[in-house]
Amino acid sequence: MAELGRAALVVSLGLSVYALVAGAAAAHLGRRRLAFSAQNALLAAFASTLIASAVLLSALLRNDFSFTYVARTTSEALPTAYTISAFWGGQEGSLLLWLLVLTGFAAAAVRLNRGWARDLIVWVVPVFGAVSTFFAFLLVAVANPFATQAAPADGLGMTPSLQNPYMLAHPPLLYLGYVGLTVPFAFAIGALLSGRTDERWLVATRRWTLVAWTALGIGQLLGAHWAYEEVGWGGYYAWDPVENAALMPWLAATAFLHSVMIQEKRGMLRVWNVLLVLLAFSLSLFGTFLTRSGVVNSIHSFTQSSIGPWFLAFIGVVVTVSLALVFWRLPRLRSPTRLESAISREAAFLYNNLLLLALCLTIFWGVVYPLLSEAVRGEAVVLGREYYDFFLRIFGLPLLLLMGIGPLIAWRRASLRSLLTTFRWPTGVAFVTGVVLLALGAGSSVPGLIAYTFAAFVVATITLEFVRGTRARKALGATSWPGAFSSLIARNRRRYGGYVVHAAIVLLAIGVAGSSAFDTVAEAKLTRGQTMEIGDYRLQYRELDERIAANATEIRAELAVTRGGRDLGTLEAGKNAYTIEEQVSNEVGIRSDLLTGEDLFVIAEQIDPDGTVYFRVFVKPLVNLIWLAGLVFLLGSLITLWPDAREQRRLVERTREIGVPATN
Amino acid sequence: MTLALALAALLAVASVVVVALPFLRDPEPVSDALDELDAAERHRLELFETRDRALAALKELEFDHRTGTVSDDDYRALVGPLRREAAGALQALERDGATRGVDGIEEEGRPTGERIS
Repeated sequence: MAELGRAALVVSLGLSVYALVAGAAAAHLGRRRLAFSAQNALLAAFASTLIASAVLLSALLRNDFSFTYVARTTSEALPTAYTISAFWGGQEGSLLLWLLVLTGFAAAAVRLNRGWARDLIVWVVPVFGAVSTFFAFLLVAVANPFATQAAPADGLGMTPSLQNPYMLAHPPLLYLGYVGLTVPFAFAIGALLSGRTDERWLVATRRWTLVAWTALGIGQLLGAHWAYEEVGWGGYYAWDPVENAALMPWLAATAFLHSVMIQEKRGMLRVWNVLLVLLAFSLSLFGTFLTRSGVVNSIHSFTQSSIGPWFLAFIGVVVTVSLALVFWRLPRLRSPTRLESAISREAAFLYNNLLLLALCLTIFWGVVYPLLSEAVRGEAVVLGREYYDFFLRIFGLPLLLLMGIGPLIAWRRASLRSLLTTFRWPTGVAFVTGVVLLALGAGSSVPGLIAYTFAAFVVATITLEFVRGTRARKALGATSWPGAFSSLIARNRRRYGGYVVHAAIVLLAIGVAGSSAFDTVAEAKLTRGQTMEIGDYRLQYRELDERIAANATEIRAELAVTRGGRDLGTLEAGKNAYTIEEQVSNEVGIRSDLLTGEDLFVIAEQIDPDGTVYFRVFVKPLVNLIWLAGLVFLLGSLITLWPDAREQRRLVERTREIGVPATN
Repeated sequence: MTLALALAALLAVASVVVVALPFLRDPEPVSDALDELDAAERHRLELFETRDRALAALKELEFDHRTGTVSDDDYRALVGPLRREAAGALQALERDGATRGVDGIEEEGRPTGERIS
């Protein structure tokens, strides 16, 4: 069936080229049927890529090692779930997933918006066509997943660290995020090409950007949890280039989601918004390039390949063409209004944007610095954790504070007197929190103490907003308090869903500060029966087990855990020796206290033949709030994403009022 | 191999049919021109955007005042300009509508679309 897969990819490439060329011609010449034909080509490209994907998936599930890709990424002994995840575990498969999601998103975005923004969509189609042409070309000519060979008896297997349940969701979510950012990019470029720089491209892409942003956010958290459990170094984020690759477009998209509100409310920042979308998309391409090219050393980079130059060339073309278009359309992008006051909600959003962008560019510099230093001095100089941590504090802490300030300031301008009244409660809560924490000894880490104080401030403002809003809704006629609360959210999902997302970021900040600024570590080499202590915990090494699993030999050291004399049961830490892959992985032991959010984290660093084990143990306060933040983040995103029937009616009505038919 | 090639050929043919569908469905259209906004319609769209923006801002200000997020003093300072902005946008739309009412007669020959003005 490899021939069918190859043919399907060639058909996808042909359809993508057609969508690009015919779409551009239709838009330029104003030809209706040609425009619809180009739109159909995108839909057909999705169907064709779906067939190619089905062929690859079928080969994986059948362990058809005549497919070079299948033999390189799986083995007979690999569990089925990981065999499926091999689809995106290797270079060619992940590029195929990119193309599949891209053509699917393109077809859906065009279909959903062609009724009310038809004249804009015409220009969006060739942009989608251009991006999918690039990926289809890579798959056909550079990284074909359907290469065949004489089938070996067994495959080479999968990198052990990828054999983790989080790998079933983490990479696809990141790809959904990366690819999802193509939609706002395509609409922004379409708006620039057509000169339709009104608000419609923003409205059409807002939810797509939110979907991509949510997927990137959740994908990163799952990746962090994977690193925490699987990599076994005691942390969850190492400022690794590939981790940063996903963080950068997320930061740019976060900035865009805030600044887009300023354009919608005040008609300002039109150039800035277009630039942020271009930046987010370029960074998503850069992220894919980093992950897939093997150009940087990373624990997450599992491939070395030849696609790097192609990606760099494409990124270069995207950036150059996009900036040229922005420059060309500058007169149409001028804002009719100006910032009225430095103390206003739009000003707070602007400061937020500048800080997010500064953090994003600082990380970018940290990622490219080793490449530049190697090119210039012949030696790759890596900027370490201190560099990133320093700038995270410099930009991150003010960002945290702004999350509390922004929602309580009026649009346009606010008086100082009004601010003093508005902020008295949140400031009081923050002050009391700071003093109490200082008394409890949290002053050992100043950034940690500041983070907690600011977090208390933000929580107070969010609570205040919900309480006041619910009270106002009740006064406006809601029959009950729950009714008033749900009416408050339903009437302004973006605002109150946004607050829930802010609450998630606060949880994340508390979790990160607690687990990094206030953690403790202890190390000991123990023989059976010996004990070690860390904080209130006492661990006794009992025995060493060896057992055979489906594709690995598992060695586990069993520890009895007590805290303040209370028995907490046992904990296992050890190593897996993967037979086919001929690799060994650390398998950490984690005991979570769901009440306090604290983790006891045990690594069996070295296991000697006589059964002596060298243990490294961490106590990580509040670390579980990071994972809880993921759930709250998802909830907030869903509230914000939920379709607003009134807004849809307003848009359709507006289109009708102008005189353009609202449907096909 | 043969089956795979036959399926591949089928896929290629089906793709061509899907792409050609707009031409097959409507081989001899009265007009093949795209239904695009002209300059007057784009201007009107901008007026609608200004109107909706001003009305939404006014609504949000009223609610924020009611919740106490915006003080009485700030409310008094902000509500006037916002009301003027909304009224200005509505008047501009009315003027534009009146003009279009006259000009619209000349535009009846438009190829597609049900004009409402």
